[in-house]
Amino acid sequence: MRRLLALLALAAGPVLVLGVLFVLPVTGMVSEGFFVDGSFAPGAVLEVLARPRVHRVAWFTVWSSGAATLLAVVLGLPAAYVLHRLALPGRAAVRAALLVPFVLPTVVVGVAFRQLLGEGGPLGFLDLDGTPVAIICGLVFFNLAVVIRTVGVAWESLDPRPGQAAAALGASPSQVLRTVTLPALRPAIVGAATIVFLFCATAFGIVLTLGGVRYSTVETEIYLLTTTVFDLQAAAALSVLQIVVVVALLALAARLRATPDPTAHRTVTPVRAVRRGDAPAVVATLVVLVAMLLPILTLVLGSLTVGDGWGLANYRALTTTGDNQALLVPVTAALVTSLRTAVDATWMALLVGVSVALIVTRRSHSVAERRVRSTLDGFFMLPLGVSAVTLGFGFLITLDQPPLDLRDSPLLVPMAQALVALPLVVRTLAPVLGGIDDRQRQAAASLGASPLRTLVTVDLPVVWKPMLAASGFAFAASLGEFGATSFLARDDSPTLPVVIFRLIGHPGEMNYGMALAASVVLAAATTLVMLAVERLRVPGVGALA
Amino acid sequence: MHRPSVRAALTTVLATVALAGCSLAGTGDEAQDPATSSSDGAAAEAGGPVVLATHESFTLPKKLVRQFEAETGYELEVRAAGDAGTLATKLSLTADNPIADAAFGIDNTFASRPLDEGAFAEVTPTLTPPAEYALAEGGDRLVPIDSASVCVNVDTAWFDAEGIEAPRTLADLTDPAYADLLVTPGASTSSPGMAFFLATVAEYGDDWPAYWTDLLANGAKVVDGWEDAYYGDFTAGSETGTRPIVVSYDSSPAFTVTDGATTTAALLDTCFRQVEYAGVLAGADNPDGAEALIDFLLGDAVQSALPESMYVFPVMPDATVPADWAEFAPQPTDPYEVTPEEISANREQWLTEWTDVISR
Repeated sequence: MRRLLALLALAAGPVLVLGVLFVLPVTGMVSEGFFVDGSFAPGAVLEVLARPRVHRVAWFTVWSSGAATLLAVVLGLPAAYVLHRLALPGRAAVRAALLVPFVLPTVVVGVAFRQLLGEGGPLGFLDLDGTPVAIICGLVFFNLAVVIRTVGVAWESLDPRPGQAAAALGASPSQVLRTVTLPALRPAIVGAATIVFLFCATAFGIVLTLGGVRYSTVETEIYLLTTTVFDLQAAAALSVLQIVVVVALLALAARLRATPDPTAHRTVTPVRAVRRGDAPAVVATLVVLVAMLLPILTLVLGSLTVGDGWGLANYRALTTTGDNQALLVPVTAALVTSLRTAVDATWMALLVGVSVALIVTRRSHSVAERRVRSTLDGFFMLPLGVSAVTLGFGFLITLDQPPLDLRDSPLLVPMAQALVALPLVVRTLAPVLGGIDDRQRQAAASLGASPLRTLVTVDLPVVWKPMLAASGFAFAASLGEFGATSFLARDDSPTLPVVIFRLIGHPGEMNYGMALAASVVLAAATTLVMLAVERLRVPGVGALA
Repeated sequence: MHRPSVRAALTTVLATVALAGCSLAGTGDEAQDPATSSSDGAAAEAGGPVVLATHESFTLPKKLVRQFEAETGYELEVRAAGDAGTLATKLSLTADNPIADAAFGIDNTFASRPLDEGAFAEVTPTLTPPAEYALAEGGDRLVPIDSASVCVNVDTAWFDAEGIEAPRTLADLTDPAYADLLVTPGASTSSPGMAFFLATVAEYGDDWPAYWTDLLANGAKVVDGWEDAYYGDFTAGSETGTRPIVVSYDSSPAFTVTDGATTTAALLDTCFRQVEYAGVLAGADNPDGAEALIDFLLGDAVQSALPESMYVFPVMPDATVPADWAEFAPQPTDPYEVTPEEISANREQWLTEWTDVISR
């Protein structure tokens, strides 16, 4: 009982943060739909759920996100192995570059995809423009990095000895993979798949751009109902549906994630040389990389196109405010704002994320305790699965009175971004922390180490690298965040994605080229930050095990 | 063995904290600016901050903002985010606790919603805009500032090169001669898309589903936003574009001028006029400042700057329009009209039906 109370006390901080920044706004917005003229009228909301259109929209969301998730996992696993376990030249750069799609604004990627797939594009013969296949490709493009990074980090810290033992006992490589490696990676794979699914199910811009408005998902429908039609009952119905489905999914994921062998050793294994047997994985990775590169290449080429020739004029223009004063601040100033905001969002996400990861992975001593931990775990994933539209409007109507008068606060943007980055941090750290043998901590404690010292000597050495990976991840997510940011950002201090969106929406000869150039700069900045983060890795950290 | 790693960890943590500190301090300072000056301003007779809520397409040159602040003593703070629909929803939801003092960017397709919710207070601007732009209902609360017509645009260079005559009317667009040539942003996702849809409603009345069915049968392509249509598919807007007919604005031809001639044209018989309004929010902290701002928006300085900064035409007749606009972007004289009340009453049903038609 005392353990349970201590656990709840520890969790109080993060829960309060999420309560104010997430539960309160979403509840506020949803209840707008449930209350008609001040009286509670759930009937209208429930009626909406019976509409055939709602069923169509919900079904499309589930199957397109499911297909995209499956594809991302299948394509991401070999790449995670190759990029995190094999000594390939340049893998640090490739790993950093792989996060680029994650930060690119959807509007720019949408245009790049359409230039490839459109009627006049090089892949136009495939006739994919405006089809669900194009939507799924776009979703995979954005989310592959999640699988590669989350699973790769877990793979890096996986003890190779059980696999080696199995091989020594005569298991074929595929048997080792099936019976030893994949089961040990299951928490990471399920965690990554959950995040990808939630990202896909709440994707917005990419569905509209690549689907040609023919396909609606729950998210696009909520946007349409809230802003264009102003049917708050219907929007509330869909939000509730979304939350119910997401909670069910998280419960399922928590079951699937349960580690089969909680005492699996976590360590940091050195990368090894490429062998002949790695050929299929390496080839698969190369194919994936080339496919990922195509849209980015289209962007880079577009940014270098000036009139009928080539040049750097679009890049030089980044210090200006664009043709016809499309912008209030030059792109370079927006980049600085973006980096600053991302730093704030990253430490916020890390602060909360690390405590959440520690809370949810500690060994439970009772059923009640385990339930509390797994409920908390799911709770902190929720923000990814709930409509940004509902959350954004909810901010406006619930955080408008002292002491919570946050709607004009400049900290609202990094807070919203941290909310998006938080699940990424938790899901990167939790599999690693969960894999630490609790007996190590017990041993340390019985030798007289204080809880803090145990944390520093047992947990930190193993979790140090994943923590860097997580912070890089959070930083990238924050740099690229558009949905919540565009809703909350102040006009005088926009972030880079907001500026890019603005440029592309304003006619003017240079503005389109500038938008592409700014996207390339955003991509390059992300890559550099990721490379710097990888540089921070200290050799010999995991020598403990 | 662990010492180096722990030290490195500490260094990084400290560095991050330091960086974050700078960053937080930085944002904090900016945040405090208006607050500090607002108390200074309150000490002066008129003044204090005026907060303007608007959509993401709003821009006012810095010079004009400074001019407003110098002339009136108020300090202008612009909060621009989301599209026109988002702005209308924001204002409607926060009618009892407004997010700003004034709002700009509510157009005639979205006007009735915030008006019904009581978001706007009555206002009497010093200058009177021409009556043709005034709303029949709510004209005492919403003041017209600019107008832009959404028209079908054609790539005249393409049609000349192909030796085909360009279309002129909405009916022409279903002619097989123009099969697979039109691209339009969707009515459900784009404000110009909605305007084009309203033009077809004004022309065909209840028979619009039949027209749209014909349009799609003739190979019309529906995309997400104006950017996709113009930069993704339009031959004059994109290298890889394949469609020489696009739904855009009456001012668009002024942006395709090369060697003293424009290569595109707006079809003036296909236009729906969007008028953008400004108003004082009910319960505003600074209603006087908001009213001064609306007067300023109607003044010659802002009216003449509108085309260059927001690609729209001023409503005041004596405002100056750029030479390219005067020469290459004629405005429609008799655009299609649908009243805000009719739009508001039918929007949901229209959009549901429209989505069904294009999803077939």
